Amino acid sequence: MILRGKAWKFKDHVNTDDIIPAKYLNTTDPVELGRHCMEMIDPDFHKKIGKGDIIVAGNNFGCGSSREHAPVSIKGCGISCVMAKNFARIFFRNSINTGLPIMEAARACDDIDQGDEIEIDLEKGIIKNLTKNKVYKSTPFPKFMEEIVKAGGLLGYLKNHKA
Amino acid sequence: MGYTITQKILLAHTDKKEISSGEFIMADVDLCLGNDITAPLAIKEAQKAGLKKIFDNKKVALIPDHFTPNKDVNSANQCKAVRDFARKYDIKHYYEVGAMGIEHALLPELGLVMPGDLVVGADSHTCTYGALGAFSSGVGSTDLAGVFMTGKVWLRVPESIKFVFKGRLKKWVGGKDLILHTIADIGVDGANYKAMEFCGETIENLPMDDRFSMCNMAIEAGGKSGIVAPDNITMAYVKEVSAQRQKMAGLAAKAKMLSSDKDAKYAAIKEYDVSRLEPQVALPHLPSNVKPVSQIKNVNIDQAVIGSCTNGRISDLRIAASVLKGKKVNSRVRLIVIPATQKIYLQASKEGLIDIFVKAGGVFTTPTCGPCLGGHMGILAEGERAVATTNRNFVGRMGHPGSEVCLSNPAVAAASAIKGRIAHPQEVA
Repeated sequence: MILRGKAWKFKDHVNTDDIIPAKYLNTTDPVELGRHCMEMIDPDFHKKIGKGDIIVAGNNFGCGSSREHAPVSIKGCGISCVMAKNFARIFFRNSINTGLPIMEAARACDDIDQGDEIEIDLEKGIIKNLTKNKVYKSTPFPKFMEEIVKAGGLLGYLKNHKA
Repeated sequence: MGYTITQKILLAHTDKKEISSGEFIMADVDLCLGNDITAPLAIKEAQKAGLKKIFDNKKVALIPDHFTPNKDVNSANQCKAVRDFARKYDIKHYYEVGAMGIEHALLPELGLVMPGDLVVGADSHTCTYGALGAFSSGVGSTDLAGVFMTGKVWLRVPESIKFVFKGRLKKWVGGKDLILHTIADIGVDGANYKAMEFCGETIENLPMDDRFSMCNMAIEAGGKSGIVAPDNITMAYVKEVSAQRQKMAGLAAKAKMLSSDKDAKYAAIKEYDVSRLEPQVALPHLPSNVKPVSQIKNVNIDQAVIGSCTNGRISDLRIAASVLKGKKVNSRVRLIVIPATQKIYLQASKEGLIDIFVKAGGVFTTPTCGPCLGGHMGILAEGERAVATTNRNFVGRMGHPGSEVCLSNPAVAAASAIKGRIAHPQEVA
C-alpha cells in the first residue's frame, strides 16, 4: 500500500493524554474521538490536517495509558500513518492490533520537517521525502507482527489461525 | 543459562520447553480485566468478530471504576454496555457500584491474583499485580477481545532490569518514593519493553501496599511489567485474602513461589542505597521530573488528592490521617480523599480516619478513579495546581491544560494540604 501526505512533526514523549484526553473516553466513536485528536497540543489539529497526512514524531510516542482510543482517534481524524523514532509498547501493540499503520524510522524522523510531502510504501518499509528528495528505510517488524498487520489486525489474525 | 522469574512465569503459560528474550509467544491467561472505558471497545470488537462464548467466565474481571458512579449520559451508556455484557456472558467477576473499587486495589483484595499467575488487563496500571509475584501487564481493548475469545494473549518475552534497593527507609518514605526515585533515574522510557524486577533488603522489608505502589508505576518508566518475587510478606497477604473468600479454601496452595535463577541474565542491574532518601515529588509535566521534597519551595497548591490505584489503600489513608489528625486543611486548599475499595472505606470508618479527614476540612468520597485522569470528582481549572498520590502528571491530566499536577506519597499530600504548598510532613509534625 502506498500512502501519501503532509508531515506533522511532534516531539519526544507524546503521551496518550496528548493524543486523546481522558475526558473523551466516554465514547468509542472514531469520528468523535478524531475531533479531539492532539487537542492538548493543538485544539485545531483535526481541522488543519488533510486526509492521509502523516504524523512524524520523536522517541517514546504514545507513552502513558493503554487507551486504544489513541490509535482510534488518530485514524479517526484522517491520519494515514504514524512514524516515530520509537514507540511506547502499549500504543505500539494497539496500533498493530487495530491496523493503524506505524513505522519505526529514526533517521526519517530526524530529517523530515513540518510540512514536507511524504510518500510511504508500507510493505517495503520505504519512506520518500518528496520535498527534500530523500529516501529512508524503516525498521522492519518481526515476522509475527507482520502477520498480524497482513491480517488487518489481531482479530483477523486469530480468525485465520483458529486452532 | 538461568531464567528470570518473569521468563519462568511466561514459560509456564505456554506448552514450550524453553523460552528466550525477544521471542513471541501465545500465552494462557489466568485473569484478564477491563474497566468502563476500555471494556466497551473490547466488547464492540469481540462482537464484530463474532464472539459466541467467553473462554472462561471465571477468568474475566470487569470493573466500572473510571467514570463511576456514572459521570454523565455517555458514561452511563458505556457502563450499561459493560453491565449487559457481563450479564449475558455470566461474567463471575463483574462488580457493580456498591461492590466496585478501583480495579488494581480491588482484585488483589478479592484474592483473584496469585503468585505465578499471568494477568493482562486493558488498563496500563495492570502492572500493579506484579507485587504479588505474578506477571501482569497492560494491553489494549482489542487484546482483551482476543482473550475473551481464545483465553490467550500474544506477548514478546521481555528482558528484565534488576533494581536492587539497599538500606532502611527513613520515616515518611515508602514505595511511592522508591518508584519515583527510580523513574527519575532511568527516565519515562528507561524500562521500555522490559520487565522491572524489584529486590534487595529494602524490598524484602517493604509492606504489600508499598509493593503495589511500586509495581503500579512500572508503566511510567515504560516497563512492560514490574515484579517482586513472592516471599513471606506476599504469602501472609495471600493467606489473609484467601481466608476471607468462602469456597476458596486451598487458594493459597495454588501460589507458585518462583524466583529468578542466580545465573539469570539481565539487560541492566541498578543499585540504589535508599537509606538517605527523602520523600520524592514529581513536578509537572512528567513522572520523571522528580525532586526531593525539601528542595521544593513556595509551590502553592489549590487541591490535594489522596487516593488512586497507586496510593488509595488502607495504609496510605492511615499515614495521611496521622499527618492530618487534629490539624486543619489550608483554607485555600480542597482536600479530596478517595478510598480505593468499599472494604478500605469501611476500615477507614472503623479506625476513625474519616472523622479525621472531614474534621480537618477535607472530603471523603466513594471509590473511583475520578480526578486521577481528569474524569470527575475534582477537576482543575486553568492556573490551578494539585498535589496528588496518583501516577501521572502530563499536561491537562487532571483538567485544564493550563493546570498542573505534582505527584507524591500520601504523607506529603496531607502535609501540603495543611500548609497550602508542597511541604515535608516534618513541617507539620
